[in-house]
Amino acid sequence: MRHLKLLRIGPLGFRIGSHWRGPIAALDDLYRDYPAPLDGIADFNVHLFAARPWRRVLRPSVHIAGDFVIPDAAPLPLAQGLLAAEMGMNLQVALGLRRYLLLHAAMVERGGRAVLMTGISGAGKSTLAALLMARGWRLMGDEFALIDCATGLAYAFPRLVSLKNEAIDVVAQALPQARFGPLLEGTPKGAIRHLVPDARAIAAMEQPAEPSLILFPRFGFEPAERPVLPSEAFVRLTQASTNYVTLAERGFEALTRLVQAVPSRAIDYPDAATALAMVEALA
Amino acid sequence: MFYRAADPATLRIVPLDALTLVYHRASGITHIVDAPVPEILDILGEGPRDVAGLLAVLSDRFDLADPDSAALAVRLDELVAAGLVERTCAI
Repeated sequence: MRHLKLLRIGPLGFRIGSHWRGPIAALDDLYRDYPAPLDGIADFNVHLFAARPWRRVLRPSVHIAGDFVIPDAAPLPLAQGLLAAEMGMNLQVALGLRRYLLLHAAMVERGGRAVLMTGISGAGKSTLAALLMARGWRLMGDEFALIDCATGLAYAFPRLVSLKNEAIDVVAQALPQARFGPLLEGTPKGAIRHLVPDARAIAAMEQPAEPSLILFPRFGFEPAERPVLPSEAFVRLTQASTNYVTLAERGFEALTRLVQAVPSRAIDYPDAATALAMVEALA
Repeated sequence: MFYRAADPATLRIVPLDALTLVYHRASGITHIVDAPVPEILDILGEGPRDVAGLLAVLSDRFDLADPDSAALAVRLDELVAAGLVERTCAI
């Protein structure tokens, strides 16, 4: 493809090719401090392409593909090309990762101990991860936690933090010096703006951490907290994993070990300040 | 009709809390089971038994309040369908 970007996020290398310069220019800018894939070889390929040649210029719409595809992925307008690139990278990892047990979770670290926060879209994973980064935690990722099946250690995937709707202003106020991507309005999830992880998150992205707490946050409820039994955590984390079934017994071993070794708690919160206080009290 | 547990080499059983995880290597499926399934697998791992024989051992070991052979037969059919228990004709 004509326009190309190579980069590494945590242990995973990407090669993103595009028919248009715009999405690659945005990646060049926002991922400027990220290294290249190890030995220059990408683990995952992402293709951003026009379905017909004339659609490169006429009402350009960006189709997403790569080594792994889902048949009904809808294209995005070129103005949302950065989002298409991010979705493409996420999709490749979600469908293709075999080296680690993948959990759909945000993760932050302090003192070598990682806190995993998992939940459905809208539970506040990205917002909490960004705000905890603003309070001195190391951001390990806002979307995927990678669990090493052999050691149980958690590896970071600190891609751009995807902030949506109200969270955009909340995080901009907490991190006035941070770098942000363009405001993308009218996406399938509303307004989206990407936050660049801080220098520390990028510099330390190869360092794993010991999982020490698993949280199941829910936004929009009165403050409440309860312990989660290992069996419930196991079921919820299998639902939060895209490759548990594919990893077979390796995945079973990794997940049983995680829920047996690490305490889990469910927290409900009405606003970000309450959530941050709850997380810091539990961690 | 006698029943026996699947070959122990095909099962990875991890008790968690109230529930027990059973990874079935032959199918790659994870089963999350409640009592008395782990106990049934345990007893049928010792040797084949019919429903009446299994119920007698369960009653003896676990002080069952309401032994129900029809309900146990249904549970056994489910376990056979899952591959965790096998039917066998003779001891």
